[in-house]
Amino acid sequence: MISSYFGGLLIMISIYLILALSLQLALGFCGLFNLGFVGFYAIGAYASALLALSGQPFWFCLLTAALVPTIFAYILSTATNKLKGDYLALATMGFSFVIYAVTLNWIGLTKGPLGLPGIPRPQFWGIDFNNDTNFLILSALIAILTYLILHKIASSPFGKTLEAIRDDELAAKSLGKKTATAKSLALMISAFFAGIAGCLLASYLSYIDPTSFMFVNLIPILTIVVIGGLASLPGTVFATIIIVLLPEPLRFIGLPSSLIGPGRQLLYALFLLLILLYKPKGFYGKVELE
Amino acid sequence: MLKISSLKSGYDGMEILRGVDIYVDPGEIVALIGTNGAGKSTLLKSIFNLADIYDGQIIFKDKDITNLPTHDLIREGISFAPQGRLVFSDMTVFENLEMGAFIFTDKELVKRNIKDIFEKFPTLKAKQKHNASTLSGGQQQLLSIARALVQNPELLLLDEPSLGLSPIAMKEVFSKIVEINHRSVSVLIVEQNVKQAVSIANRTYILENGRVALEGNKDILKNPETSQIYFGLK
Repeated sequence: MISSYFGGLLIMISIYLILALSLQLALGFCGLFNLGFVGFYAIGAYASALLALSGQPFWFCLLTAALVPTIFAYILSTATNKLKGDYLALATMGFSFVIYAVTLNWIGLTKGPLGLPGIPRPQFWGIDFNNDTNFLILSALIAILTYLILHKIASSPFGKTLEAIRDDELAAKSLGKKTATAKSLALMISAFFAGIAGCLLASYLSYIDPTSFMFVNLIPILTIVVIGGLASLPGTVFATIIIVLLPEPLRFIGLPSSLIGPGRQLLYALFLLLILLYKPKGFYGKVELE
Repeated sequence: MLKISSLKSGYDGMEILRGVDIYVDPGEIVALIGTNGAGKSTLLKSIFNLADIYDGQIIFKDKDITNLPTHDLIREGISFAPQGRLVFSDMTVFENLEMGAFIFTDKELVKRNIKDIFEKFPTLKAKQKHNASTLSGGQQQLLSIARALVQNPELLLLDEPSLGLSPIAMKEVFSKIVEINHRSVSVLIVEQNVKQAVSIANRTYILENGRVALEGNKDILKNPETSQIYFGLK
């Protein structure tokens, strides 16, 4: 049996891997600098948590957690389809803040800053997922499935279209590509998997509150995507393991708990800075972040 | 083959073309020249549904193609190589050509078309596995044209193919355009290099402030009105 500590780390690696892979599709492959990504994660987590607390089965919660952010992504992409680069980043960042504000202030639904405690872990096919090892297997399987699906998408003609849009949208349009539809689909698929990660997080921690979905929580996910390399799925796996494990030694050097959080952000920022300076394409990336 | 009547178009409500009438006959090279901001690129983009059309009509092979979606225009037989050598720099030469050939579902046909392109463009064949970003400016321009040609067009729209090229590269690009035309592809070319464009064109239109100011053949540059349009000379 794996110790609870290592089991927890591996579960977080699975969840972050799903998040980073899904951000990779929109940012790495399609070039959509979507800073509202954490909003999709939050919507998935809250949707599944609320359903699980009302006694709905896990699979229904998981599906809803994936579909609701997808609908939001469709709306967001429709509203921002003509925006590019910094303007898209700003508009989607606004979306992230709106979702955070809703989770914080819609007390009747989300219990605001108190959060939602007692979210049940899944139970199906006679397997008890309160056991961390079982939950690890479930989350790892979902992460592997996510990888395989996104790999299939990335290597399909649709994936190539996304890369063409990232390289030059006008050139892609001039070849008859439906760029607006492709960008919208990329954002929706990205949100779909972010919602699944949200569902796993809510089930694993049995508690969520708005602080898990603040804008700043995008930093580690973005760091993974940049360090692994834009448009590189294997790089994303490698970077996820590094970034999730990187701050762990901080726990063992006797730092006060109030410093561990900021220390972690500092480490991420430092690592990101070094990579951007000395390895701008990340470890396995094909393109530089512009 | 192509007939444009009273075309008014632009971007986001701003009218750039104010009633343009031009035509291209089968097998012709037609050049569009004019000062910056005259509306040359906008005219090509309007044909290819990349600009907003406010009024007028575009007929291609007796069919009204005004506002037809871009992918349908390609199926009708029109291809477009935009300004600025817009190649997909992180893809190989071969992948760039594959992107152009996406409208064909028959994989064998795609292979055949790309093979045919490599015969016409041996420079690209030699570099087919290289990333497009590693090509020289002239080679990138040839790739941009080849990517449009892989769609088997009957009419090729070229927007400033000589932009930023060295004189040698420019000469190669223009001779390739003539060669393409000899394989029965009509060409509508927008060009800043007036002399070169006029030298290969059967007919030339000069655009000024969103309207056709002058139409002529290879002698158009000798017309005093041309100097008046370009230099304001009376």
